[in-house]
Amino acid sequence: MNITLIQSLINLLSVLFLALGIKGLSKVRSAREANRLAAFAMFLSVVGLLFYYLGTNGITQQSWLWIIVGSFIGSLFGAILAKKVPMTSMPETVALFNGCGGMSSLLVALGVVFFQKNQSLIQDLSISVSIFVGAITFSGSIIAMAKLQGWLSTPSWTQNKVRHLINISIAIISLVAFINLIQSPDSSNIWLLVISSTILGIGVTLPIGGADMPVVISLLNSYSGIAAAAAGFVVESQLLIVAGAMVGAAGLILTQVMCKGMNRSLISVLFGGTLASKSEKSSSGGEYTNITSCSVEECALTLEAANKVIIVPGYGLAVAQAQHTLREVAKILEQNDIDVCYAIHPVAGRMPGHMNVLLAEADVPYEQLKEMDIVNPDFPAADVVLVLGANDVVNPQAKSDKNSPLYGMPVLDVQEARTVFVIKRGMSAGYSGIKNDLFDLPNTSMVFGDAKKVLSELMTELKDLGIGAK
Amino acid sequence: MDFAQAFWILLLGSLLGLELIGKVPPTLHTPLMSGANAISGITMLAALTLIIQAKNNLPLLLIGSISLGFALFNVVGGFFVTDRMLAMFNRKPSKNSKLK
Repeated sequence: MNITLIQSLINLLSVLFLALGIKGLSKVRSAREANRLAAFAMFLSVVGLLFYYLGTNGITQQSWLWIIVGSFIGSLFGAILAKKVPMTSMPETVALFNGCGGMSSLLVALGVVFFQKNQSLIQDLSISVSIFVGAITFSGSIIAMAKLQGWLSTPSWTQNKVRHLINISIAIISLVAFINLIQSPDSSNIWLLVISSTILGIGVTLPIGGADMPVVISLLNSYSGIAAAAAGFVVESQLLIVAGAMVGAAGLILTQVMCKGMNRSLISVLFGGTLASKSEKSSSGGEYTNITSCSVEECALTLEAANKVIIVPGYGLAVAQAQHTLREVAKILEQNDIDVCYAIHPVAGRMPGHMNVLLAEADVPYEQLKEMDIVNPDFPAADVVLVLGANDVVNPQAKSDKNSPLYGMPVLDVQEARTVFVIKRGMSAGYSGIKNDLFDLPNTSMVFGDAKKVLSELMTELKDLGIGAK
Repeated sequence: MDFAQAFWILLLGSLLGLELIGKVPPTLHTPLMSGANAISGITMLAALTLIIQAKNNLPLLLIGSISLGFALFNVVGGFFVTDRMLAMFNRKPSKNSKLK
C-alpha cells in the first residue's frame, strides 16, 4: 500500500479522535476517557509522521538523537511538574504549559526563517503569524503565571490610561515589522517582530487584575491553537492546521463561556484594568462601621443548634489547605443530623470549576456541591452560613449598589441566612480590592484566623459539646 | 500543499472547533481548558518535521530539539494534569454512603 495513503489515514483517525476528545471533555461522565483518547490521538499523529518519513526520505541518525534528547527532557519535566504541583496552583500551571506551547511555535518559525531558504509567500506570511502569536502567547502566559503565583503584583502605573497609548504604539510597531517580514525576511525585521510582540504580550497582560486572569489564560490558550495552525502552514502539515484551528476555536468559545459566568465582557477584561482601580471613584469605598467579631466557641454553639448549614468555600480555604479539615467538620455536623451542603460560585477559587476540583480532592460527595442558581433560594432557610476565604462572591453590593464595580456580577445571597460566620484572616479586601458590605450586616460575625486553624479548633469545640460522638 | 486547500482546511477546522463545545458545566471549565491546552502542544509535529528535514544542519537541529522539548512539556504535562483533576470527579462517594 502507498505510504502517503497510510499516513493520511492515520492523520484522519487522529483528527477524529482529537475532535471526539474535545467533545467528550465537556461532559462529566466521559471527561476522563476523552482526555485519554485525545492523548492517544496525539501519540498516533507522531507515529504517522515518523512512519511517513521512514518510508520516504528516511530519518538520519543525528535527527533521531536530537528527537530523543528533546522529547525526553520535555516529557520528563512535564510529567514531574504535573505530578508534583498542588491542586491549588492549577491555574498558573496551565498558564506555564500554555506559554511553552507558544514558545514551541515561535521557535519552529525562527528555525525555518533563519536556516531554511526558498520560502514561498504563504510560508513568509505564516512564519510572521507564528512568530507574532507565539511570542504574545509566551510572554502573556508567563506574566499571567507570575501574577497568579504572587511573584508579580499589578504596578499602579499600569492602571493609567496612558497604557493604552503605549500598547497601541507597540502594536503598530509589531504590525510594521510583520508587513516588512513578509516582504523581506531579513534578521532585523525578524528580531523587531519577536521583541515587539513579546512586549505587547506583557503590556496587555500586566494591567489585568488577578480575578480576571482565568479568562486571559483561556484566551491565550486559544492563541496557542492559532500559533499551532500557523506553524502547520509553515511546515505544510494539514493535521497541524486542523488541530490548531480546532483548539483555537474551541478555546474562544470556552473563553466566552467563562466571561459569561463572571458577568464580564471580554473587552472589559482585556482593556478595563483591575476592578479596584474603578472602585476608588465610586461611592462604595470607605471604612467598616459595624464589625462583630466572635470566638470559635460561640461559632460552635450556634452550629450545634442549627438544622441546616451551608458552607461557602473560597480561594482562602484552598490557600490554607483546609479542605480536608473542612470535610471532617462537615462529617461531625452530618452525624448530628444537620443538613450540610456547599454553595459553589461559578468562579470560586481562581478558575471556574477550580473549587469543585479542590473539594473533590478532599472526598466531599459530589451531590453536596450545589451550584449558585440552585442554592440561592435555599439561603433564607439556612440557620448558619460559613463563609471560608470567599469574599467578592458573597458581596451584596453586586445587587444593591449600582455604583459598585461589582454591580451585576452574580453573587451568593448569604445575607439571607439567619446567621453568617465569615472566617477570615483579617479585614483585607478580596481579589477585586473592594469593601464587602456583608461584613457590616448585623447577622454577620467575623471569626478571625487562618481557615485551617479555625476549623480544627471548631472541630475540638464541637467534640467537646458532645456532638458527633453518637 | 496547495494554498487554497490549506485555507479550506483552516476554515473547516475552525468551524468544527466552534461546534464541539456547546454547554459546558462550570465544573469542567478548568479541566477542559487544561485538556485543550495539552492538544495545542500539537506543534510538536512541526518541531519533529523541522528536525527530520534538517539533515546535518546543526543550529536547525538544536532549535528543533528545544522546540520539541517545549512542546512535549506542554503535551505530557497538560494531559497528566488534566487526568489528575478528572480522576477526582470519578471517585465514587463510598465513604459517604457508609456514614448514612
